[in-house]
Amino acid sequence: MIDLLSYGAFFLTMALTYAVICLGLNLQWGQTGLFNVGVAGFVAVGAYVSSILTTPAIDGRLGGFDLPIVIGWLGGGLGAGILCFLLGALTLRLRADYLAIATFGAAVVIQLTLLNLEGITGGPFGIGFIPRPFGGLAENPSLFAIANLGVLILLVLVSYFALQRLTRSPWGRVLRALREDEEAAKALGKDPVTYRLQAFAIGGFIMGLGGAAQAHFIGFIAPDNYMPTLTFQVWTMLIVGGSGNMRGAILGAVLVWAIWALSGSLVASVFPPDQQARAASLQIVLIGVALCLVLLLRPYGILGEAGTVRAPLRRALRRDLNSHSEGQKTDV
Amino acid sequence: MTLQPIMDGLVNGSIIGLGAIGVTLTYSILRFANFAHGEMLSWGAYLALTVSAALGALLPGLGTPIGPFSFGWSVPIAMITSMVLTGLVALTVDWLLFGRLRKAGSAQIILVMSSFGAALALRNLLEFIYTSSPAYFTNALQISRPILPGLRATPDQLLVLVLAVIMVVAVHLLLTKSAAGRSMRAVSENPDLASLAGIDTRAVIRMVWMLGAALAAVGGIMSGVVVQIRPTMGLDLLLPLFAASILGGIGSVPGAMIAGLMVGLAEAFTVQIIGAEWRAAVSFVILVAMLLLRPQGIFGKAAA
Repeated sequence: MIDLLSYGAFFLTMALTYAVICLGLNLQWGQTGLFNVGVAGFVAVGAYVSSILTTPAIDGRLGGFDLPIVIGWLGGGLGAGILCFLLGALTLRLRADYLAIATFGAAVVIQLTLLNLEGITGGPFGIGFIPRPFGGLAENPSLFAIANLGVLILLVLVSYFALQRLTRSPWGRVLRALREDEEAAKALGKDPVTYRLQAFAIGGFIMGLGGAAQAHFIGFIAPDNYMPTLTFQVWTMLIVGGSGNMRGAILGAVLVWAIWALSGSLVASVFPPDQQARAASLQIVLIGVALCLVLLLRPYGILGEAGTVRAPLRRALRRDLNSHSEGQKTDV
Repeated sequence: MTLQPIMDGLVNGSIIGLGAIGVTLTYSILRFANFAHGEMLSWGAYLALTVSAALGALLPGLGTPIGPFSFGWSVPIAMITSMVLTGLVALTVDWLLFGRLRKAGSAQIILVMSSFGAALALRNLLEFIYTSSPAYFTNALQISRPILPGLRATPDQLLVLVLAVIMVVAVHLLLTKSAAGRSMRAVSENPDLASLAGIDTRAVIRMVWMLGAALAAVGGIMSGVVVQIRPTMGLDLLLPLFAASILGGIGSVPGAMIAGLMVGLAEAFTVQIIGAEWRAAVSFVILVAMLLLRPQGIFGKAAA
């Protein structure tokens, strides 16, 4: 019973770290329509900056500043946010998919840097002994698990309400206006690049924060944790939950993480050990197909966008439904 | 300082160039950055590997090396087959996914995102079928021969260069001289006007997929012949492909090829001067520099 409880707490804590990352992506994509293909890179920056700031000093590696965890998390968020700002400044004036290509490239280079700059990042072995929140409680596993879960719930709530204030403010309305009809918003004197850049950087900050929290929860990071599959998982979470909807982002994170963890343990129990790497790739195929199916069949995800103007996605689906199945009512 | 990086760069650059032609064509005609294009190189290589292995098993005579090359007639036959099969893979993905999204009037960025999902599914499907261990067309070893002082090349590498030149000239002539090429350029300029003028846009789209995928298959097979075949080869080439297509100017076939060679050379010299571990960063540096200085590319028209 106790085991089940602490496993439940462990699972939910992990899912909530993804929920924070997802909330960051939701600001970039769901609210602003910016396609970030380098999520894994920005999460990695958050995780590494925070780890370098908070771990105790180690010979042969820079960092180990032994700072408080809160400072590490803020630093991680800032690192990822600044990086997003730079990439956005470079590409947001150009075609929409240049941002996608540039973020993809950034993730590749971040991965490479993590592997090669051994003096800072620990190279392929990564960084260990990352301090955990409430590390003093570690003798009592279930209490420790609950305390960590509490920290993550708090982080999700703080991010949620902060982002809610932002998106409901006049600033958030400008973002949606720009996403829906750029020309009209420009005619009202709103500069698209400035607003998008702000949203992209703030989204990056939240993503980095989520990455930092995740690193401190696991206690160990290595470049392998930040492969393109991570980007893909976060995207699936947001799309399944409903882009543009923050509750959807959180729901999607928990749901997709549950499916991922369950199918992972299914693979581990059904397939013999020598076939497990193959079976794990099948797991990714299935989730890739699922993402495409959601995009095709239910582009707003489970919850859809809450109480705002219609997304381009929504318009597209409505047109589709009208032409294919007349009489079926869409609740938009 | 030797001349050797030039040879290595040109060989890899030819492979990047062939892939980048597909990226630049889908980008200018279907108007989205296709993240699944790298997988066409991997699929092309694996399909050719399967065909060539099957041919080698049926008719062992096809496995004996042709002249100075490391492979027998089974590989060229497999290449032609794989060009067609990879084209069919691309058409299937379009029929299942991109075509439906286009019909639904989805935003361009949704297409980009779905190509990202398709890439993951396609890549991991390869990994599931063929496992992640590298594969080779032949086990024969080739000794590189001196061509110029300080410059050595294997016959296979020289063949890659010749084949790439032939392919690019053929595609360029197809696009500039044939009726099919004219309709492709028309759709790229203005799809609505082109379809008003009686051009069958769907036929043009099918041709773009077939052409891009066939060239990608050739690139993937070349990479398999001179290096090795891995399920992640397409993913590793994706950033160089994007860098080359932006550097060459979106829509320009000769531009994509020349830019591909430039990216390949830059990578080879980086390996020589800085170190092999930073190779993958070269494309990103080129990309950032281009976006800062000349986003329309070297050969592109203004207003990208």
